[in-house]
Amino acid sequence: MALIALFVLSLAFLMAYGLFVRSRPVLAGRGFLDLLVSTAWHPSQGQFGLGGFILGTLWVTAIAMLIAVPLSLPTALFLSEYASRRFKEFARPVVDVLAGISPVVYGVWGVLVIVPLVRDWVMPFLSSHLPFFPFASENFTGFSALAGGIVLAVMVLPIMISVMEEVLRAIPFEIREASLAVGATKWQTTRKVVLRKAWPGVIAAIILGFSRATGETMAVLMVAGCALQVTPRSVFDPAYPLPALIANTYGEMMSVPLYDAAVLLAALVLLLLTVLFNAAGWGILVRVERGQG
Amino acid sequence: MRVQKRLVEEWFFRVVMLGATGLVMGTLGLILATVFVKGFRALSLEMLFRTPQGGYYIGGGGGIANAIAGSLVLGVGATALALLVSLPLVFYLNVYLRRKSRLAFLVRFALDVLWGIPSIVYGAFGFTLMVAFGLRASLLAGTVTVALLIVPIMARSMDEVFKMVPPELAEASYAVGSTRWETSVKVVLRQAFPGLLAAVLIAFGRGIGDAASVLFTASFTDSLPYSLFKPVATLPLAIFFQLGTPFPEVQERGYASALVLTLIVLAVSILARWLTRRVTRHSR
Repeated sequence: MALIALFVLSLAFLMAYGLFVRSRPVLAGRGFLDLLVSTAWHPSQGQFGLGGFILGTLWVTAIAMLIAVPLSLPTALFLSEYASRRFKEFARPVVDVLAGISPVVYGVWGVLVIVPLVRDWVMPFLSSHLPFFPFASENFTGFSALAGGIVLAVMVLPIMISVMEEVLRAIPFEIREASLAVGATKWQTTRKVVLRKAWPGVIAAIILGFSRATGETMAVLMVAGCALQVTPRSVFDPAYPLPALIANTYGEMMSVPLYDAAVLLAALVLLLLTVLFNAAGWGILVRVERGQG
Repeated sequence: MRVQKRLVEEWFFRVVMLGATGLVMGTLGLILATVFVKGFRALSLEMLFRTPQGGYYIGGGGGIANAIAGSLVLGVGATALALLVSLPLVFYLNVYLRRKSRLAFLVRFALDVLWGIPSIVYGAFGFTLMVAFGLRASLLAGTVTVALLIVPIMARSMDEVFKMVPPELAEASYAVGSTRWETSVKVVLRQAFPGLLAAVLIAFGRGIGDAASVLFTASFTDSLPYSLFKPVATLPLAIFFQLGTPFPEVQERGYASALVLTLIVLAVSILARWLTRRVTRHSR
């Protein structure tokens, strides 16, 4: 049993090491940082700059968070502060189901609903009324950074809502009672007492959601268009995030020299990013828990 | 005046919160409705029970039996492997180590971090393992990769179940002179059993729905699974490939495949919820 514990403890390191060893050939040519910053991606000429994909990841994830944060926080507040016991018992399974649906099914939904929505409604409206950054675009297909962002937002909602709700629920009830007793309304109590105490946990939930969104692969691959843009110019242009790059190259990876090493380097970058974010989110949550305990 | 402003504020934010909650719940409804409506149209017995025939991906006859069987075989195998790792680990954490143990703290931290690592990274890591062991993309490689992916999910869910077992129960068992092993198996395991089963089901549902991890490691095939060392088809990838074709009738089948996958996952998660309710009934 101790061996299994040891295995679990070392698995992340093993993964990092395995990916590092396989990506060494491409690192030998140019330095790690150099490859991260460079946006020159020409596999046939041996140029493997990941910068464009990293920007693409940040771009789509940022859009997703802009949608997910304003939706998840009020939902979590409603569930923990306002909703009746009965409604909570109905809502929690719903959030769980949302978390369990396959990423590919989210992708199908994105292709069927979100892509047409962006193509036929959002893009014509915004692109003609606000023809400047970040809305101007020549891409009329609907497969876009925005579509990717919306689908991602829906996918990370469950984890964000459940973490936030857990943090809110851990706040002692007496604090709320004290505030209500001196005549504050329920919303004043929520905003000035509950949220003030809960905000580190809320930040942790956002970090965890961000991390989850960074690594999501299939759904984004299906709706984001996946054409390389060096710098993001419009939410309606296609975006090409790191995970989609990794998934997309599985066929051709072995035919071009160093290609596989570059793709595994991309996986290593993704691993380091998500481990960092998760550790940060976890650290905050543990501190919050201790502060209350 | 002041009171009125506060009341307006109160109602405004109530509406905002209610709206956000409604939107989140509505989205789930919309997703399920889309998959059901679009999926039912193309669903047929032929799809469920036949493997792809010649020219399937350009509109020819056949079905996705290869992917359904492949996903079930791979999912069950991976879940079994993950169970072999998770169950002893969770026992170790909850019965053998003390509550404030530093090691238990670290292991939980590691599990949570592993849970957060994207499945495509597991896929890439599985690929490096495959290369290291001289394997090709196969049922075996896919099963191991998915097992790694779902260990943190299963172990952490089981951990939560164990935390819900009242400590008095174990104490009573120790008090009458049972060993740790007897206490684990006869008392703690018995109380936690439905919850543990739920954790297994949740992990199975997650494993069967994931595509990014099997893309490199299990590859895809049109035949039913028959060997550990041959590629195997999976439902998520079948959906992905069918949707990727330019032919509407093949895409329709992709929707039907999505419905099949969603039904499996839904059934599993409803069963898991029912079991969880049974375990929480007797605890606080």
